[in-house]
Amino acid sequence: MVSKNREVLYGLYNDEEELLDAIKVANKDHLEIMDVFTPFPVHGLDPLLGLKESRLHQAGFVYGAIGTLTAFLFMSWVFTRDWPVIFGGKPYWSVPAFIPITFELTVLFCAIGMVVTFYVVCGLGPGVTSPYLDPRITDDKFCIAFQTNDNSTSEIDNLRNFFRTTGASEVNTKVI
Amino acid sequence: MSHAVVSRIREPLITGNKSYHDITEDLVGPTEKAPGLSWVIALMISLGFLSLGVFCILWTIWFGIGAWNLNRTIGWGWDITNFVWWIGIGHAGTLISAILLLFRQKWRTGVNRAAEAMTIFAVLCAALFPGIHVGRMWVVFFFFPYPNTRGPLWVNFNSPLLWDLFAISTYFTVSLLFWYTGLVPDFATVRDRAKGIRKKIYNFLSFGWTGSAKHWQRWEYLSLVLAGIATPLVLSVHTIVSFDFATSVIPGWHTTIFPPYFVAGAIFSGFAMVLTLMLITRKVLHLEDYITIEHIESMNKVILATGSIVGVAYLTELFVAWYSQYPYEQFAFFNRALGPYYWSYWGMMACNVITPQLFWSRKIRRSIFLTFLLSIVVNIGMWFERFVIIATTLARDYLPSSWSYYVPTWVEIGIFLGTMGIFFTLYLIFTRVAPVVAIAEIKAILKTGGDQYVGPNAPEHGHHDHSHAHAGGDDHKHEHTDDHHGLHGGDDKGIDPKLGGAGTIAPLVSTPKEKLQDSAGYDASRNYTGSKDDLTKIEGIGTKVQGLLNDAGIFTWLQLSRAEESFIKTVLEKAGGVYASMKPGTWAKQAEMAHEGKWDALKKWQDELDGGV
Repeated sequence: MVSKNREVLYGLYNDEEELLDAIKVANKDHLEIMDVFTPFPVHGLDPLLGLKESRLHQAGFVYGAIGTLTAFLFMSWVFTRDWPVIFGGKPYWSVPAFIPITFELTVLFCAIGMVVTFYVVCGLGPGVTSPYLDPRITDDKFCIAFQTNDNSTSEIDNLRNFFRTTGASEVNTKVI
Repeated sequence: MSHAVVSRIREPLITGNKSYHDITEDLVGPTEKAPGLSWVIALMISLGFLSLGVFCILWTIWFGIGAWNLNRTIGWGWDITNFVWWIGIGHAGTLISAILLLFRQKWRTGVNRAAEAMTIFAVLCAALFPGIHVGRMWVVFFFFPYPNTRGPLWVNFNSPLLWDLFAISTYFTVSLLFWYTGLVPDFATVRDRAKGIRKKIYNFLSFGWTGSAKHWQRWEYLSLVLAGIATPLVLSVHTIVSFDFATSVIPGWHTTIFPPYFVAGAIFSGFAMVLTLMLITRKVLHLEDYITIEHIESMNKVILATGSIVGVAYLTELFVAWYSQYPYEQFAFFNRALGPYYWSYWGMMACNVITPQLFWSRKIRRSIFLTFLLSIVVNIGMWFERFVIIATTLARDYLPSSWSYYVPTWVEIGIFLGTMGIFFTLYLIFTRVAPVVAIAEIKAILKTGGDQYVGPNAPEHGHHDHSHAHAGGDDHKHEHTDDHHGLHGGDDKGIDPKLGGAGTIAPLVSTPKEKLQDSAGYDASRNYTGSKDDLTKIEGIGTKVQGLLNDAGIFTWLQLSRAEESFIKTVLEKAGGVYASMKPGTWAKQAEMAHEGKWDALKKWQDELDGGV
């Protein structure tokens, strides 16, 4: 999903506290972080990285609303226009009876919609093989990655220095 | 949250002084090792039941519903009893994942993955029954409102039986999505440790997960919203199932208490099944550090609460039957207690009303054996409850001339056992293929729930860093060597020091800033210049082995305590001869004690050890 052949200089940390401190230092030095990888969601990371709030729940609301309308309007059409049948002496447009299915379809559309959106927006899916930097990131290492395609040697040294001073346990490069 | 002060009073949720890597090892390990004999035997038994179930279902389809004993007036017997029972069991998973997430109960992370899996398998088993009890199973797709050439003939949207269809399909789908969303990062963890064909499989299953911060952010949002919608969903599903009965006119069924009563009962039986499965799983897979007595006690408290609600509901029904002075309603309950099915009624009362009340006792709540026993009793009781509601009421309703009695045929019993087979087969396969505990979520609560940070046993000097062995030299003067004794002024991470009489609490994180390998303890000609400890103080290490370890970069007790056993084994195997067969299992722990200066304890332990083993 992203362009290939990115040269990446990345550092691994052993603890999320160190990671957060390092990002604070990077922000102070105006270093442009390409991405941060962690084995679990670290609280406090999003504001530090300047990540905007995800609009996933707004999307979810829209999907749910579509589900509500679909269910309710469809049932109303079926029992008032298409083939009205008297069930147990109740009126054709029996709104209370429509509520359970309307609710279920709201939830269903919201869930399916949000999950599919999530995978699409993140670029994940069955068979997707994202190149990852280090297999220990999903274990216990926390990673800050800089893209260094257009960086001069002095800038790269600057980044290596950054990793050194913030206590990264390893620094490596990779092309992904 | 990073510098949160955590309570010493709170009990830890993860015991055993785990690091992140320990968590990965413990939880991914079962998927990587070959299954033990107990697993194979259990799988054989459940496959046996599954086959029986398949056979009985085919028999039913071939010979028709006449193979069952459903007859007038008992149109629903074991089939719907089992259906409601399985749906009820499935509710615990969603409750644990969704509702406890919304209530910020961190203990859910020990059991939510397995409970969600259990939900999916239970709902699968439940969905079987509406499918096969219709008789003409091959046209069961008629249930779905699809445009057809018969009018188009639509389904009856006003019927609770159809609401069931939508509710259960939605419940199954949402639970599956919720479960899988949580599994994707964990599958990535398994993938990154796997090789060969396993790596390919888990690569496919993990959808390319990388652990990027933005992805985690969205993942958390998704989980939160899914939890938010799954909560009313789970309440609505069993409400709708209760409507199957409550919207009828049968006495004993037509009551407004059914929705909350069914939901509470579902949570009740669901938690009991989770406990049954978890108590076995934690024993077999050695997960006692993640599914602690605290988890078990919390679940027992939920069982107590919901069991009490169910008990109160029973009493309310009896009261209202009397108070209404409606003879048919009154008879319905006389019949249940004193009629031909009295044994199921009293079984239900004993199992559901009396046994959960035992959980008022803290001792019983925290007893594994009794919890296991009572969880099974609860599930039996809940099965009886559904049987009582369905069979006894239908056996004797308005017209005495229509009264009958129902006994299941072997086919129906076989199908029920078959669903047990399906459920346990799927669960056993799940324990082999996927991590049974939510890895990423457990790691996320380690700092606030691990026993090195929380609880009365949290050591004063903070946690032990179990990172990989590294050549930690001494150029950083006092910072490194002091890292286990936490209270170094300059490195304090700002934790409030004035808690309790136990002195200052060390910073939650006292990780030494590990230096880069190229500048740690070695001079320009690659000679080691850092500090060295006498490794021969460790039982099992003589001067030769110390030399081997030094060559491998391990000079101090601290380094030895952090070295992984496999690493040391490799070093020994390379040396060959008598060294290759040494067992370094206790060396790391001994070295840790040596580093901390616990000489008395070390000596005591070494007296018990024989040659370091």
